[in-house]
Amino acid sequence: MTCTEFIAQLDDLLEERVSITLRADLEEHLRGCEHCVITMNTTRKTIEIYRSHELYELPNALRERLQKAILAKCKKC
Amino acid sequence: MPDIQTQGTEEVHPDVLLVNRAREGDVQAFEKLVKQYDRQVFRIAQHITQNREDAEDVVQDAFLKAYEKLDQFQGNSKFYTWLVRIAVNESLMRLRKRRTGRMVSIDEDVETDEGSMPRDLADWGPDPEMQYGQSELADILRKTIQGLPPGFRTVFVLRDVEGLSTEETAETLGLSVPAVKSRLLRARLQLRERLSRYFRKNKRDGAK
Ligand SMILES: [Zn+2]
Repeated sequence: MTCTEFIAQLDDLLEERVSITLRADLEEHLRGCEHCVITMNTTRKTIEIYRSHELYELPNALRERLQKAILAKCKKC
Repeated sequence: MPDIQTQGTEEVHPDVLLVNRAREGDVQAFEKLVKQYDRQVFRIAQHITQNREDAEDVVQDAFLKAYEKLDQFQGNSKFYTWLVRIAVNESLMRLRKRRTGRMVSIDEDVETDEGSMPRDLADWGPDPEMQYGQSELADILRKTIQGLPPGFRTVFVLRDVEGLSTEETAETLGLSVPAVKSRLLRARLQLRERLSRYFRKNKRDGAK
């Protein structure tokens, strides 16, 4: 397996959606290729960092503004 | 062949109950849905528009539109993905307005100079984000994702940040499943590559 072939399967590997035979091939490649080990680990970390950091906090004033706008649209209120 | 009835056999999602109540005029039920999803909608809008004012308008317009079109919502998709689709469309509209003359498209397959093969192969430390303070780190993460083409960062945000499935992301963006997959892979690899400048063990010729 080449690095390009490995990278093509990276997403499925990270999400554990590969068959047992394919997984064995991928692991075999990882044993001999430090570059792909690093790529895999740092890609996993990239996803984790973005998932765990709130980059945009919803402004409270927006919540209030929105609530007022919805009430104004409500026909039965 | 008789129509296949799926409703009744599957469990009804709690959102659908709220939608039904809202349709009957219970505005509090709709407000519950708003509270449930306003942060996500804001995040998505920020990521796509990259503009705070636009993102705030998108949140407001998306929920109002959803409220007005509640009758058009069909229980066979999730309320959340239906809402996200409205928000994504509103966001893209605003992005286009700001970038008149520049094509902004989700379905156009962007070819960037950055290939998919990783170039920066330096390893990162065990907790690379710890080298930075909270606000500095947030700046790095925002700046990094901003540099991706809109179609890439939208797929990444929906899939990896908001946790939509590949199929839901495809449906929301009107893309095929293979298109979502290929963008997601490239988005992840490009983000990784760019973050590597900050997180690599030997930063000597890193962050600029
Ligand atoms: Zn390799």
